[in-house]
Amino acid sequence: MQPTSAAFKQRSRQAIANPVLQKALQNIRPGFQQKRAKAVAQLPEFEALRDEARDLKNHVLAHLDVYLQRFEAKVQESGGQVHWARTAGEACDAVLGICQAAGATLVTKGKSMVAEEIGLNSRLEAAGLTVVETDLGEYIIQLRHEMPSHIIAPALHLTKTEIAAAFMQAHVDLPADRPLDEPRALTDEARLMLRQKFLGAQVGITGANLLIAETGSTVIVTNEGNGDLTQNLPGIHIVVTSIDKVVPTLEDASTILRLLARSATGQEFSAYTTVSTGPKRRGDMDGPDEFHVVLVDNGRSSILGGPTQDVLRCIRCGACMNHCPVYAAVGGHAYGWVVPGPIGAALDPGMIGLEEARHLPHASSFCGRCEEVCPMRIPLPKIMRYWREQTFTRKLDPASARYGIGAWAWLARRPRLYHWTTGLAARTLGLLGGRRRRFKWLPMAGGWTAHRDLPAPEGRTFLAQWRAEEKRRARAGAP
Amino acid sequence: MSEARTAVLGEIRRSLGRPEVDREREAAAAERIAAHPRGLIPARTDLGQEGRVRLFIAMAEQVAATVARVGSMADVPAAVADYLANLNLPPHLKVAPDPLLDAIDWSARPLLEVARGGAAPEDEVGVAAAFAGVAETGTLMLASGPGAPTRLNFLPDTHVVVLRTAGIVGPYEEAWDRLRAMGAMPRTVNMITGPSRTGDIEQQIQLGAHGPRRLHIVLVDTPDA
Repeated sequence: MQPTSAAFKQRSRQAIANPVLQKALQNIRPGFQQKRAKAVAQLPEFEALRDEARDLKNHVLAHLDVYLQRFEAKVQESGGQVHWARTAGEACDAVLGICQAAGATLVTKGKSMVAEEIGLNSRLEAAGLTVVETDLGEYIIQLRHEMPSHIIAPALHLTKTEIAAAFMQAHVDLPADRPLDEPRALTDEARLMLRQKFLGAQVGITGANLLIAETGSTVIVTNEGNGDLTQNLPGIHIVVTSIDKVVPTLEDASTILRLLARSATGQEFSAYTTVSTGPKRRGDMDGPDEFHVVLVDNGRSSILGGPTQDVLRCIRCGACMNHCPVYAAVGGHAYGWVVPGPIGAALDPGMIGLEEARHLPHASSFCGRCEEVCPMRIPLPKIMRYWREQTFTRKLDPASARYGIGAWAWLARRPRLYHWTTGLAARTLGLLGGRRRRFKWLPMAGGWTAHRDLPAPEGRTFLAQWRAEEKRRARAGAP
Repeated sequence: MSEARTAVLGEIRRSLGRPEVDREREAAAAERIAAHPRGLIPARTDLGQEGRVRLFIAMAEQVAATVARVGSMADVPAAVADYLANLNLPPHLKVAPDPLLDAIDWSARPLLEVARGGAAPEDEVGVAAAFAGVAETGTLMLASGPGAPTRLNFLPDTHVVVLRTAGIVGPYEEAWDRLRAMGAMPRTVNMITGPSRTGDIEQQIQLGAHGPRRLHIVLVDTPDA
């Protein structure tokens, strides 16, 4: 898909002014944060599991070529096919080729962020195929021609009112006066509409949460069961996934699965975790006749071995965005690409280029909650800081910002001048602060004062106060 | 060997600073896979067999599954019939042709209408057998095969799963060992923890999104357990 991350600032302003979005974002705290905290509290080993999972994924990344080859060999051994893709275009070509060879017209799809990343739907639709998203959230945003705003809850930005309107508009064969006010009715209607699609599709496309080298299996983790109906009813199952998802064994998969649902939705385990290996076997009563795995690189192999390699440990649980104050204020669409939030800020510059994504690493207060909750212990603030430095060195910021930072750096490296200047500023602003002790407007600080008042300084810098306090203590003979 | 494959693997090796062919690393990976060492296993399943059975029931009920524990396979028809009658559900079963289920004499409850086979879209109640139940999270494990159609686990509104207490294990790792002992990896292994659900609308949980609206587990005591 085409990123729009360069418009982050403008889109953030729109997001903050959007009352529907602001109402929907209120669901994050009870819907995700509190549930995760409860699930983590119920598993005393959670922190130790995070260490294990980090080490496990680091091991895999250090031997990624070897494990991928082993995975490929096992897929082939069980009767499946592996298609390697360097780019989004190659990946779409592979999927389209399989669909066309089978003469498919209707394709069902489970939720896949890699499929979003490569823009699969628009490519298949341009070739005349009908593609139906079957995850409820994905189905909703497909009806609204939107992109996901969250990696595990794609329709997080909507309330039931917008969803009901989209259903009314799309499901024209149903009575116009039917009640659609509650999530229950909406869920039932989606179930009814999609059941026909599951049964009619010739190809089912899913993503994968994990790939297992030991068995050549792909693993999907869902709650709705849509992924299973997608991959079990049609004659062809295509798994669209990326090279960073492989783990050595079923035991290793278990370690990551213990973290995934708890971090994502606060569940002990998701309703459906499905391990798929090859096409249906001789004697099997159902299952696909063909099993294809499309292994997408799309820039990941270049991130490997570099300063941001840790992002490749990500298991796409969404915990970082669920705990990010910036995400909670602007939602996912402002980020302008498939993966929003702190992991987006760390990952996207490496995937879509720093020029496009340069605002994202700045969309953080560095409060550190993302790193605190990341099950794979990805040092997200550190990686964002790296991208900020790169933005400066590669001169991607506007000249005014660069000169501003340059001037500050010049000053900060001259401690005496720095203290004299800041002392003067603190005194001046302290005197000018008036009775309210706040500024509504200040020259050169319009970016700050446009949205909130600037508190007036006390009149002395912290260091000056510290020295005064030390002197006072020395006089009083205090330790 | 496709061009893309060579290029992707080549770029990975370049990024890692590794040589093209590396028998030593390949052997190390093969060895790790063959040994499949267990990672950290949560202590909550450090229980005797009866403790694990109880933990399994508690965890399954926590995710909105219902559990009926019965003394023998002969009690299964009554457990299923009573469950359906209590919820006013149609007593029309589609039963997987699994040897364990084939041995059940459904005629003990003549009101049950029993068909054997794979799932059709109109089936209302699917009855399947699980090869294991993971106490750690109340998770059922079902393997596809000639007697185990995967669709039966997802198409009917009501999913009934028969599990013997001897099938209950502590952590997932013990279920993987049982699966390995059963032979080649089946096409599908379903780990099922409660009925279908979604939180996609305003993060409010609704049961029965696309898969079964309800999951009933008939747990059969086995003397050797």
